Amino acid sequence: MSLVWVYAVRDGDADDPPAVSGVDGERPRVVAAGTLGAVVGTVADEGFDEAGLAAAMEDLARLEALARAHHAVVVEAGSAGAVAPVRLATVFRDDEAVVAMLRERADEFEAALDRVRGRREWGVKVYADTRAGGDDSPAPAPGDRPGTAYLLRRKADRDRGAAGRERARAVAESVADAAGTHAVDVRRFALQDARLSGRNEEMVLNATFLVDETQEAEFRAAVTGAGDGATVELTGPWPPFSFATADPP
Amino acid sequence: MTLAHPDDELSLVDLLDRLLAGGVVLTGEVTISLAEVDLVHVSLRALISSVSTLAVGPDPGEGDGA
Repeated sequence: MSLVWVYAVRDGDADDPPAVSGVDGERPRVVAAGTLGAVVGTVADEGFDEAGLAAAMEDLARLEALARAHHAVVVEAGSAGAVAPVRLATVFRDDEAVVAMLRERADEFEAALDRVRGRREWGVKVYADTRAGGDDSPAPAPGDRPGTAYLLRRKADRDRGAAGRERARAVAESVADAAGTHAVDVRRFALQDARLSGRNEEMVLNATFLVDETQEAEFRAAVTGAGDGATVELTGPWPPFSFATADPP
Repeated sequence: MTLAHPDDELSLVDLLDRLLAGGVVLTGEVTISLAEVDLVHVSLRALISSVSTLAVGPDPGEGDGA
């Protein structure tokens, strides 16, 4: 027995399925209904049923393999036109169920495709040293009163910390504003743990923007020119994963 | 486990930011709710619920009330 993994929905018929391997090593295909085509793959039920997927979500190696394969197919699926990515780990029993779903939610998919047509998603992350204070003068230290000196030093550290965080927040917002000027929509993700980035600086912005292809040059220039000393990292273009739904996920 | 370096290939955490939170949500017969999955793997938990400080709100005690 097999199951049907859904990658994305796009305009058109069953022609030109993506020419990359899917999550189960399968060759993706297209299930069409009306004006829509769902890019799907036939996967084994073992490993892709509810228990199998739940287990995969707790196994970093398997999750990574699924995520990379899903992403690769969605990229290919959208190489020739608008694509509405489907959430990772969406599996149907058979093609008939996919067709029924396409018919039932056709309006929603048409709206999603209209929203992302001619647009791509770009990630913008900003890293800043939130501890850095502008004033690094030594704490006042009356030599004969070590207790007071200690407390003053602690207070100065605390003040610098608060000022550093405030400055980092301002830098993050200035980059978000600069990027937003050339974007049609934005979503914010949780800031990534410093343990994951391998950087000394702290992430202060983790946002993703939907950008018109005609605005990409301006968008990129605005993002790379912003940040005032902070590290700004641009990723993309991504398929419009974060903008396939009308509301923030 | 291998975490991709941002400069070599797509960083896994950037990918998961999008794949676990984005995309059209469909109720397939076998669709699992990612929210219901018990993320027991410590490194995975770190990946998915990355610590958020500035975006979520002021630090407690910073007196930065809205």
